[in-house]
Amino acid sequence: MGRYVLRRLLQMVPVFVGTTFLIYALVWAVPGDPFEGKCGERDCPDAYVAMMRDRFNLDDPLLLQYWKYLVNLVQGDFGVTSSGVQVVDRIVTAFPVTLKLALVALLIEAVIGITAGVVSGLRNRGFLDSLVLVSTLFLISIPVFVTGYVVQLVFGLQLGWIAPTVTTPSFGNLIVPGFVLASLSMAYVARLSRASIAENRRADYVRTALAKGLPTRRVVGVHLLRNSLIPVITFLGTDLGAFLGGAIVTEGIFNVPGVGGLVFRSILTKDGAMVTGVVTVLVLVYLLMTLLVDLLYAVLDPRIRYD
Amino acid sequence: MLLEVEDLHVEFRTRDGVARVLNGVSYRVSAGETLAVLGESGSGKSVTAHAIMGILDTPPAFVTRGSVRFHGEELLSASAERRRSVRAEGVAMIFQDALSALNPVFTVGFQIEEQLRVRRGMSRAEARARAIELLDLVRIPAARQRVREYPHQFSGGMRQRAMIAMSLALDPEVLIADEPTTALDVTVQAQIMDLLAEIQRERQMGLVLITHDLGVVAEVADRIVVMYAGRIVEQADTVSLFRSPGHPYTAALMRSLPRLDSKGTALETIRGLPPSLLRIPSGCPFHPRCPRAEDVCVSDVPGAVRLGFGRTSACHFAEEVVGGFGG
Ligand SMILES: Nc1ncnc2c1ncn2[C@@H]1O[C@H](COP(=O)(O)OP(=O)(O)OP(=O)(O)O)[C@@H](O)[C@H]1O
Ligand code: SF4
Ligand SMILES: [Mg+2]
Repeated sequence: MGRYVLRRLLQMVPVFVGTTFLIYALVWAVPGDPFEGKCGERDCPDAYVAMMRDRFNLDDPLLLQYWKYLVNLVQGDFGVTSSGVQVVDRIVTAFPVTLKLALVALLIEAVIGITAGVVSGLRNRGFLDSLVLVSTLFLISIPVFVTGYVVQLVFGLQLGWIAPTVTTPSFGNLIVPGFVLASLSMAYVARLSRASIAENRRADYVRTALAKGLPTRRVVGVHLLRNSLIPVITFLGTDLGAFLGGAIVTEGIFNVPGVGGLVFRSILTKDGAMVTGVVTVLVLVYLLMTLLVDLLYAVLDPRIRYD
Repeated sequence: MLLEVEDLHVEFRTRDGVARVLNGVSYRVSAGETLAVLGESGSGKSVTAHAIMGILDTPPAFVTRGSVRFHGEELLSASAERRRSVRAEGVAMIFQDALSALNPVFTVGFQIEEQLRVRRGMSRAEARARAIELLDLVRIPAARQRVREYPHQFSGGMRQRAMIAMSLALDPEVLIADEPTTALDVTVQAQIMDLLAEIQRERQMGLVLITHDLGVVAEVADRIVVMYAGRIVEQADTVSLFRSPGHPYTAALMRSLPRLDSKGTALETIRGLPPSLLRIPSGCPFHPRCPRAEDVCVSDVPGAVRLGFGRTSACHFAEEVVGGFGG
């Protein structure tokens, strides 16, 4: 296992360099003036432009620029934005908020999705099964921004049950945005669990467990569930990685001060240093999550060995 | 009588129609006796076993008629709780393919121990000690270490041994072994059969041995039932049946299966295919394939003809067949 992890970590290096270089190039090497609009209506003074070009090494060849960026990065220096804010400071405040939102969404997704899927998978072709199939289809076919705005409008503005925007990102305040963020994946989790249960319930090992005279609740709760949930749990792991990548739409609608909003605003204000900084962190998080999911797989299914 | 099945009818209600899979199966096993169940694929051997255990998939399978009695107690109408308590403790079962029949994500030890903990209230440590004893009993080397391994870490023969150990955990009185050796290679098959026969003798269990292997049958079975299209077409003690089959199907089956003493003679296959259970032929269900069918076979269902003590054959011409006039 140790050697496998080491190999995977080494494999991440070129992927990390490749993706961050791509982002860097997209942000800094596209045609157009990177400092346009930074000085209000007027063009920026030459002295300011010169200072900025120097700060961001824009007069160096692209590869050299990137190299300098990378060297700073390795030392923990994410650079400063054009307005002089430390990029790393903003990431450190925004990331925990996104992490909280992601965990809330994951919990909602797992609890509701798995319950619905298991119940419908166990009694296929009943009323409950149809209910789950139709409601998940409904959720899958609505874009998240529609769900988000409708929930905000109905529960926030008309019924007044929740604050329409998140002022302080406590767990309680994040339940509704978490629900919106989770809605699509929840439907997928329900369907995945349903299919997995339906496939496994006729498995030979379930019949063996019955033949051993175990109570039904143990046959289902131990033997059937343990096997059926393997693909579901790995799906949840991948999903957590996606949630951590920032829920741009959901964070935008509910004004959650997380990573998604940070990227979004930075793109609008053409804040190159911030965009590259945040995306770099996200690439790293995503790569590590992928590794974690693969390791989780081996933990859940003893047949899988990484040696 | 330890275990009796009488006039058992099971149908599968499927999208294509009702498949009449069992059409009046009867057999009985007493303590210390080995009953072999023979028959082509699809003849209902496993379904009968599942119906006895009460582990049919319902739906689509439904028991529509008949009786399953354990020590004279009717099981088909017994409560779910009572049936459950008979499983593994009264009648245990081992399955054909141990790899798929064992749960891949739990250790072999766990799967033996859980019955002991759930059904006998043993502690983890007691159950572990007993599991190791059982693995020793079925001659798995280094049982103390292997108890912690997963089924995929066992070889085919070792897995089947582990299955046997698992089925013995609650000291059953009857063991149903559903083709316990077909998934294994020949040398291992013999070892597993020897082990089963030995355990059966020592514990004086009733053994229902579902198999295709006539050699095995000749060696270990006391009595034989032959199934065709969900019916028992012949039942007899092993010696008589091997001396002279009393049913044309049995005769054909014996010519189609390899035997040690038939080296050199070419094997015959039974012509035609087993009938569709959605539309079972009229009269004797074997008539489309029977070499000696006559008009009466198409119109009348043959009843069980007695051919001596404890021996019956469901053929209009049973006496002639057993007497050696064709078949
Ligand atoms: N779930 C099911 N749905 C429909 N038909 C079924 C189902 N399970 C079994 N059957 C039918 O029941 C019949 C008997 O099956 P069974 O498994 O008892 O045969 P078998 O004698 O054990 O054969 P084999 O030697 O291949 O194990 C088969 O014809 C099969 O088509
Ligand atoms: S009853 Fe007729 S068809 Fe059936 S086995 Fe006997 S001879 Fe053949
Ligand atoms: Mg079978």
